[in-house]
Amino acid sequence: MIPAAFDYHAPGTLEEALALLAEHRDDAKVLSGGQSLLPLLKLRLGSTGHLIDIGRIPGLEYITEEGGSLKIGGRTREAELERSELIRAKLPLLADTAAVIADPLVRNLATVGGNLAHGDPANDHPAAMLALRAEVVATGPRGTRTIPIDEFFVGLFTTALDAGEILTEIRIPQPPPLSGGAYEKLERKVGDFATAAAAVQITLGANGEVVAAGIALTNAGPTPVRAAEAERYLVGKQPSAEAIAEAARLAGAAASPSADRRGKVEYKREMSRVLTARALRRALQRATRATRAARAKEQ
Amino acid sequence: MAKHRIRVKVQGTEREAEVESRLLLVHFLREVLGLTGTHIGCDTTHCGACTVLLDGQPVKSCTVLAVQADGREVLTVEGLERDGKLHPIQDGFWQEHGLQCGFCTPGMLITGYALLQRNANPSEAEIRQAISGNLCRCTGYVNIVKAVQHAAAAVNAGKQQRPTTAA
Amino acid sequence: MALKTTAEVCGMGHSMKRKEDPRFIRGQGHYVDDIKLPGMVHLDIVRSPYAHAKIKAIHTEKALAIPGVLAVITGETLAQFNLHWMPTLMSDTQMVLPVEKVMYQAQEVAAVIATDRYIAADGVEAVEVEYEPLPVVVDPRKALEPGAPVLRTDKKDKHDNHIFHWEAGDRAATERAFAEAEVKVKEDIYIPRIHVASIETCGCVADFDRAMGHLTVYMTTQAPHAIRTVFALVAGHVGLSEEKIRIVSPDIGGGFGGKVPVYPGYVIAVAASVVLGKPVKWIEDRMENLQADSFARDYHMTAELAAKRDGTMTALRIKTLADHGYADAAANPSKFPAGLFSICTGSYDLKHAFTEVDAAYTNKPPGGIAYRCSFRVTEAVHAIERITDVLAQELAMDPAALRMKNFIQPDQFPYKSVLGWEYDSGNYPAALALAMKTIGYDELRREQAEKRQRGELMGIGISSFTEIVGAGPSKDFDILGIKMFDSAEIRIHPTGKVIARFGTKSQGQGHETTYAQIVAEELGIPAAHVQVEEGDTDTAPYGLGTYASRSTPTSGAACAVAARKIREKAKKIAAYLLEASEEDLEWENGKFFVKGAPQKAKTIQEIAFAAYTNHPPGMEAGLEAVDYYDPPNLTFPFGSYICVVDIDRGTGAVKIRRFLAVDDCGNIINPMIVDGQIHGGLSMGMAPALLEEISYDENGNISGGSFMDYLVPTAMETPSWETAKTVTPSPHHPFGAKGVGESATVGAPPAIVNAVVDALAHLGVRHIDIPITPEKVWNILKEKGVAE
Repeated sequence: MIPAAFDYHAPGTLEEALALLAEHRDDAKVLSGGQSLLPLLKLRLGSTGHLIDIGRIPGLEYITEEGGSLKIGGRTREAELERSELIRAKLPLLADTAAVIADPLVRNLATVGGNLAHGDPANDHPAAMLALRAEVVATGPRGTRTIPIDEFFVGLFTTALDAGEILTEIRIPQPPPLSGGAYEKLERKVGDFATAAAAVQITLGANGEVVAAGIALTNAGPTPVRAAEAERYLVGKQPSAEAIAEAARLAGAAASPSADRRGKVEYKREMSRVLTARALRRALQRATRATRAARAKEQ
Repeated sequence: MAKHRIRVKVQGTEREAEVESRLLLVHFLREVLGLTGTHIGCDTTHCGACTVLLDGQPVKSCTVLAVQADGREVLTVEGLERDGKLHPIQDGFWQEHGLQCGFCTPGMLITGYALLQRNANPSEAEIRQAISGNLCRCTGYVNIVKAVQHAAAAVNAGKQQRPTTAA
Repeated sequence: MALKTTAEVCGMGHSMKRKEDPRFIRGQGHYVDDIKLPGMVHLDIVRSPYAHAKIKAIHTEKALAIPGVLAVITGETLAQFNLHWMPTLMSDTQMVLPVEKVMYQAQEVAAVIATDRYIAADGVEAVEVEYEPLPVVVDPRKALEPGAPVLRTDKKDKHDNHIFHWEAGDRAATERAFAEAEVKVKEDIYIPRIHVASIETCGCVADFDRAMGHLTVYMTTQAPHAIRTVFALVAGHVGLSEEKIRIVSPDIGGGFGGKVPVYPGYVIAVAASVVLGKPVKWIEDRMENLQADSFARDYHMTAELAAKRDGTMTALRIKTLADHGYADAAANPSKFPAGLFSICTGSYDLKHAFTEVDAAYTNKPPGGIAYRCSFRVTEAVHAIERITDVLAQELAMDPAALRMKNFIQPDQFPYKSVLGWEYDSGNYPAALALAMKTIGYDELRREQAEKRQRGELMGIGISSFTEIVGAGPSKDFDILGIKMFDSAEIRIHPTGKVIARFGTKSQGQGHETTYAQIVAEELGIPAAHVQVEEGDTDTAPYGLGTYASRSTPTSGAACAVAARKIREKAKKIAAYLLEASEEDLEWENGKFFVKGAPQKAKTIQEIAFAAYTNHPPGMEAGLEAVDYYDPPNLTFPFGSYICVVDIDRGTGAVKIRRFLAVDDCGNIINPMIVDGQIHGGLSMGMAPALLEEISYDENGNISGGSFMDYLVPTAMETPSWETAKTVTPSPHHPFGAKGVGESATVGAPPAIVNAVVDALAHLGVRHIDIPITPEKVWNILKEKGVAE
């Protein structure tokens, strides 16, 4: 319940924060929302000599559209994401995801950047960002670099971020017209990590066929899992019930969850399948609504 | 380890203290400021007994450092009553038997208060969702939902009674 | 029940808003962790990572080197005062701190005292303990096998892990009945460990005043007087004397039975305070609470029911293996090591029954009684209500019809059960009929049939339970020898206001309101004028505390009896004031008046004033009474619950669509409070049925030891409970009331299990052990070929 002692720093600028990280390297941790880090420290499952609180640095919380992307500041709170009209309209997958992270109180503090940077495959955003083919912008002492999401999750609790870098932005390519997404999470109760969860982002073509598919799974391995075979299978096909079932089957096969109180391996894998199917159906419904809306506009 | 001087506005009053970096906000409130209305019920950020408003948002104060609250505003259960008058959320809990042992109640009150700030007429489903980060063992939640609905009705009635400015 | 008092007086039947609430809604409750005394220090506990291990050494130097750490207490320290072991409430013994070995994971091993809780936590991390792991016994069956490692090596003549054998009923007659039976069903039913997890954990502030030799302990306890006496008996040899011990139970954030036992932390805090001469605070954190405090359940039962082909039940047999952990620290009345399990014949007129319980030691925390169980009634009712449904399935009979056929009928009360209980009153058919009508049972069965055609899984489950509460009559009930009466002391002030003190202790049940309402009912003094106090052993009359739904049946009764003693004296004063004879006086609405001359009256307030200013010569001044109530019998609340579930064929998730609880607790003091108790009890019935479980692997490592995995339901998992009542007063209780606090926790789990099994019965499913997780259901669906 009580963390071990550490030094606390509240830099006012990104430069200060980066300097502190460079100074203390492995003995420093970034404090964003703190809703993953502080619980760890309180249970003394992790420790650090220096907490670098980026909570005072302006300009890290935003949700904007720019160029062909949606840009989300790394310190944007989950609650903001959940309430954002822009996100609900353009990226319903992300609105779904934000709404099921932990509980409403935690979401008032938890940040998207923190959810990704923690490197926990049980967190919800990693799979969503995989499905959205997002990019992570990391800012370090030598400037910013963009990391494609497929290169971001390296291992259990390990990301591609260097010790001296801060996740400052997430960029998501603007979904084309006729797109839809959904996140389906099975949890034992509100506030739990996923027993299994599936993130789906779908784009349809003019004839109703799938032209792009992003399918990823939460808590199905040491890192979030891209169901690449399921994605490839769907592209070019009409999203019939059979196609959905087969894509879901392939997604389930891509899952390699570990057994725990939430379920044995077989159950979790099957739930990855069932939830992928449900997420696909909802994503398609949303894409079809977008289709109808687009067609209505054309006329 | 260095200590930090922090200034936190609690219930509108500035409070100042020197604290360890690791001091949790809930302990700052309870032990340093003596505001024991906010409670501790777990060690894994689940139960919500420690809920307070931080810059107007309900948060779990066991998972915030006191130093993070420096320069910010906190509202605890003790701040709901103004000039001896209970806030409708408090009265709602009393009228509808929304509490039994009272231990989760401060957290529930703050969450309920915050909900009514942004949703004047929450449905049962919206109330249940809003309090899903606050655990109660005694009430089975039925009367807590009624309490918040009672408070919403009272707040709305109060708004209607407010004298309008002359046209 | 018709209201006999006005809203202003607010006696029985009024939904009076609670008198205790004003402090809670302002955050001014006074809980143990809110207490701060001058010079107070903090205690934190080092706990064992092993379930069974020898302690080779405890190194305290690093901890003691931390500035602010004042002391480290070990078993060796306490052994000097012979305080390293203590008795349990079941006359077993348990360690306060170990000298030789630890017996469960998370067992207390050493205690650090420091100037603040942060430093105490650092101190705990710095204590180094060397262990030598020993073979672990977690399976109670294996524990009882010959050759199993003997766990209680501290008991010189103990050569096995068997704690007790208990039985009730006629074994031979029951065997004959089974032999002759036309139909028999048998089912293994396991109820795993669960934990009350009240939102406030346990803790105390122990304050020993060296100058006066006086100990005050502010403590999360449901039974302050019993604790005081236990401390005096256990620590008498170190100079603690009962008149110099004060236990104060302030506001308690939920008890549910988890705050009855004496935990090592309390004793260590007291010892530390005596040694240091400072107040010592100990507050456990949630993981300590879940992992080391008294658990509940852990009963492995095999239930059998014999019947005629027409559905008439003829015999019941239940054999149970009870896993008690490493000590029998259950808080049962001493003659009932398996609690009131022999209520297991339930609501049915069973002519033959036999039940036996064997208890085993294992490497787990001690305990057994908690979680709103009424002394093992949750286990007993789960068994009978489940096996009844299994019988219904076997006979292809509607479970409501089977129950109606076998209910004890209203004209059979008081009913002597074949296992020896005299049920005071009941009307089981009326409760079930009301439940069925209210929920629309027939339409639900039609809907179920339609849905089944479409492959949709919907279930309806019934539980018609009989509870047994209000322990208890002195001839049978005692805890550590102290009889289980309870008490009320009522004193009326000159201005007609009242102070009333009780031997019970509310942890949220609303006694400050309900007891005031009883006084209001009996004396016509407004409940708002009645100050109720509990929990301070210096002032409250002796009582056994609040648990097992006993308060209204015992202290509530004492309250009425004491009030009636006061009324008797008041009558004498009234006669004197009115210059009439007592026989000519009548009592109504808070006043005595002369028969036939109602204008000649004296109010209770006038009488109270006269008791101090103008009482009859020769009579003692004052207007007060005490009663220590010895209940003539227990009370038997009952109910019928109906649960409707829908099962997700893709995930196995069970959703409770509707849950209707019809309860009968006799005459009701405050309907609003009773409903609150039912809502809470239903939630604590649903939680074990679907979500909660504490389990151990073969090395005794706990799973479910934090809120990450011990799943307390939120408002999202909890349905909107529906309630209704029938009223069948208790014939022996002074105002016809029965207890009710635990009925719902007793009745709900089997209703839910019955509903889920009912949803799957057509697939051949007969039983599922709780918690019914989605995975358990999904495994069944997969096996039966109906998973999505």
